[in-house]
Amino acid sequence: MPAPLSPITAPEPSRRAQAGQPEPRTGPRLMLDPLLTLAVLGLGLCSVKILGSVTSEAVAGQPNYYSERQGIYLVIGAALMLVVARIDYARLRQFKYWIYGALLLSIVAVLGLGHGANGSVRAISFPLFSFQGSELGKVFLILALAALVVDRSRHLGERETTARVMLAALVPAMFVIAQPDLGSGLVYVAIAVTVLFVAGVPWRHLAGLVALGAVALALVLGAAPAVGVHVLKHYEVERLTAFLDPSKDYNSEQAGYQQQESKIAIGAGQKTGTGANDTQIKGNYVPENNTDFVFASIGSRYGFAGAALVLSLYALLIWRTLRILTLSKDLFGALVAGGVAAMLMFQVFVNVGVSIGIMPVTGVTLPLMSYGGSSVIATLLAVGLLQSIYVQARAAEALKGRVLRP
Amino acid sequence: MNSLERVRTPDRTGGHSLHEHPRFGQRVPPPGASQLGLRVAILGGVALIMFGIIFFRLWYLQILSGEQYVQQAAANTLRDLPIVAPRGQILDREGNVLVTSRVTNAVQIVPSELPPAGPGRRALYRRLGGLLGMSPRRIVEIEEKGHKEVSYAPVTIKTDAGRGVLTVLGERQDEYPGVKQEQVSVRRYPDGEMAAQMFGYVSQVTKEEKEPGTALYPHFKGVETGTMVGQEGLEYQYDRYLRGTPGVRPVEVNSENQVVANKPVTKPRVGYSLRLTLDLPLQREGEVALRKGMELARALGHPGNGAAFLAMEPRSGQILASGSYPSFDPNRFVKPLTESELKEVEQIGKGVEGAREPDPLLDRATEGHYPTGSTFKPITAIGSLEAGLLDPNVGMGAGSCIVAAGGQKFCNAGNNDYGAVGLVAALKVSSDTYFFEVGEHDNGHNPPAIQAMAHKLGIGRPTGIDLPNESEGVLPSPAWREDQNRKQAKCLRHPPRVGCGYVAEIRPWEPGDNMDLAVGQGDLQTDPLQMAVAYSTLANAFMGGGEGTVPTPHVGMAIENPSGGIVQTLNFPPRRKVKFNDANLNLVMEGIHDATFERGGTSADVWSGWNQAKYPVYGKTGTAERAGQVEQAWYMCILPDANRPIVIAVTVEQGGFGDQAAAPVARLIASKWFNQPLKLMSGSNADH
Repeated sequence: MPAPLSPITAPEPSRRAQAGQPEPRTGPRLMLDPLLTLAVLGLGLCSVKILGSVTSEAVAGQPNYYSERQGIYLVIGAALMLVVARIDYARLRQFKYWIYGALLLSIVAVLGLGHGANGSVRAISFPLFSFQGSELGKVFLILALAALVVDRSRHLGERETTARVMLAALVPAMFVIAQPDLGSGLVYVAIAVTVLFVAGVPWRHLAGLVALGAVALALVLGAAPAVGVHVLKHYEVERLTAFLDPSKDYNSEQAGYQQQESKIAIGAGQKTGTGANDTQIKGNYVPENNTDFVFASIGSRYGFAGAALVLSLYALLIWRTLRILTLSKDLFGALVAGGVAAMLMFQVFVNVGVSIGIMPVTGVTLPLMSYGGSSVIATLLAVGLLQSIYVQARAAEALKGRVLRP
Repeated sequence: MNSLERVRTPDRTGGHSLHEHPRFGQRVPPPGASQLGLRVAILGGVALIMFGIIFFRLWYLQILSGEQYVQQAAANTLRDLPIVAPRGQILDREGNVLVTSRVTNAVQIVPSELPPAGPGRRALYRRLGGLLGMSPRRIVEIEEKGHKEVSYAPVTIKTDAGRGVLTVLGERQDEYPGVKQEQVSVRRYPDGEMAAQMFGYVSQVTKEEKEPGTALYPHFKGVETGTMVGQEGLEYQYDRYLRGTPGVRPVEVNSENQVVANKPVTKPRVGYSLRLTLDLPLQREGEVALRKGMELARALGHPGNGAAFLAMEPRSGQILASGSYPSFDPNRFVKPLTESELKEVEQIGKGVEGAREPDPLLDRATEGHYPTGSTFKPITAIGSLEAGLLDPNVGMGAGSCIVAAGGQKFCNAGNNDYGAVGLVAALKVSSDTYFFEVGEHDNGHNPPAIQAMAHKLGIGRPTGIDLPNESEGVLPSPAWREDQNRKQAKCLRHPPRVGCGYVAEIRPWEPGDNMDLAVGQGDLQTDPLQMAVAYSTLANAFMGGGEGTVPTPHVGMAIENPSGGIVQTLNFPPRRKVKFNDANLNLVMEGIHDATFERGGTSADVWSGWNQAKYPVYGKTGTAERAGQVEQAWYMCILPDANRPIVIAVTVEQGGFGDQAAAPVARLIASKWFNQPLKLMSGSNADH
């Protein structure tokens, strides 16, 4: 099968030698997208700072328990990011079946071996950390779907292509939703749709997918429970529907409570935040204030100013992702970048939207900000892929210039 | 845009496929550079819109409505915990402590935080029972009773739990869910049963008392739930002064309601003290004397199972001492009680010699309903004299019985024959036949002479005393009879199960009714308090040249702050004045004075040896007949001392003749008041 774009190979030393020119100083290995790196660095620092301030009393005697661990995850993730940045991402395409297999394995292994947290089984416990398969799965899925689409790039107009890609995404998504981790499942679907979108499938396919999604939603929330089939857990449905009635006063047993307390915390932050006098967060009124509702902690403690800073860093991150998408030297890279963009955008908007009460509670992490090794490392791996795409694109550009300039 | 150029390449290859699959040819436009650019632009646009929405929402939440959320967060986390205010003291006229409070620790159960009923709760009760040294069953009973009374409030299980218990509860809170310790103000009644009905008792304000529209709502308006408030007697009457103002301890709590920070407290204001007109030594002696009086009755074989006394300063209406038997120990209401224990305290009084007597909560001095017997005769006499219906010098009442117009026979007690005597002698020996004739003669006059005078003197109407439950009593008259007949007839048309009870039978007023009233019998119902007011009026007129003020009896004298400064003096202006003809009044007074010291006077034996020259006594015995019971002994007396005048009323239910059980009590009280030797003297006159 002729690859539409073969990976760009390094220039042959013999030609360089012939040209008699010295080796270029800025080799592709050292190059990283500076703005992307800045955004990641900034978010990492914000994460350590906010976790340090809200969890100082969470573990007795260890005020820095969470922030230190998050710092370690960030360092590990950054190291992995640098490694990935130096790999030519395009080579990963040939391992697409392995990658897809690893995706399914990591999810199924969690179902089989995992331990419960808050009533769901999402992670496998290891001595030092717990492995949350669905987080790493996002990166695997992006690579696998991108490779699949590239393989079928001659058949993008066909319904079968869209169907295959969606099927490839929905199988792991169903497993993840069964964990139950509705949020990650939805991320998978968003990734698949975005990869198709970026690849250029016909608009009517996309419209069809939206229509199918609406029907599925109606079935899951309306029709299926009516005939006694509960696809989602009761609490998930409650959370989703509680969002529709925000004015109600919820007590701590009810679904709308989390969002209500989160809104109060953020609102009470006002312009510059409550600082250390943060009764709403300190008193544990906002649940999960270091993971799913970490944005409430930011808004409460540092106010509009802090929230705006963090959101600006996310804007920078997403802009660079889209920019790298356009810079990519090949379709595979563009699709990977598109998938990463989908992952980041979906998680940022849904997570923040939940915290500020404009989206139903689904349970997704805020990338790089929420406490958790799997999420941080998976996100940084995805950023590593972006860096690799950037590096390869720069290298190709440099080579092209050189080739054109005899 | 070199980069885009490169990306376009695969799209072009995609374009090739169109030729290989012509059936899609017309539908799919060849994707080009513009397609990817457009789609990335759409992604960027979506991101832009989402960021726009988020920023707008954050602006709305934090900048526009921030203030409101700050308040909500404060409402979430800040609680005002009340600090109990010690209740004010009750003092006697000299400042002696009669009722006081102390703050102590109490172990309480918060019903809503208990484990669900079942093994968990039973295990908790067993643990708690072991800790407090109580049976789990008792804890359950106390909890159930408390929950029934005030369903929303914590129930106190034990007061004065030792330090060890409190330490255990404090350190092992997890093992005792729903159990807490709280500072509570506990009422203490150092003299126990003394004047218990007058003091009343306290308990938590109930929900009913706090609901608008209920009778007690105005009285307890603004009281924090769970506060101890006065439920009876003076505790109720002066509750708003005594209860004080609870302090506030603002705390910050977390989502599990655990206190995480304390804020500066507002200290509670201790309740004001209530200074009474009571004289503690006299009160104590009165209680002792009353029991001695009952022992005298029992020595004669009478049941003597209920009694009351009341001593009043006649000019001002200040009550110097007042007691009722049987009594209860209000300290028992302070400790947590089970339902059956409460019933026992409320219904069974502790009598002398361990006897168990009914109705200990009834203050027989102010809430009794009694005929008075012969103690009413001075009122009959002055009323008839003032109406001009009685010539005091005409001898009447010869023989041991007289026969009324209807053929009914009215006799002297013991069928004595005092011969035809004048008014003074009739009062001295208490000739019933004399007064039967007076009553018969008075009947039919309008207005009825005896009733008009009795009404002026305060019989059968509220005295205005500062106690919540004084009885109004009944002063029978033709008009009253007519009214009762009407009510009875109306009631009988739709008879309730319990009966109507306005009158025993519907019949017109008869001369016999007036004859009965003339000697304090028949339908007359009054109590020592009303009689003391009536005698005080006579005493005031006697001391004040014919014009007698009708005092408003009262126990409260002043409201004081805890350090003793007067906050408010309580004023009880006299009800009205009654004018008497001096000569008439002197005749009556002469009659009841003779009764106390002349040979043959009804209470002369009781007062024998008394310094009549210094402290002349004007007293009248009474022996009230009550259906199915031994006679009720009465004694009323006036000691119109210029400096320390006193009116004393004593009654002993089923005590026999007035001079046997009641008059000796009065003498002991008078002895105490005038610092005379305390001598228990019982009458030997088998008389009235």
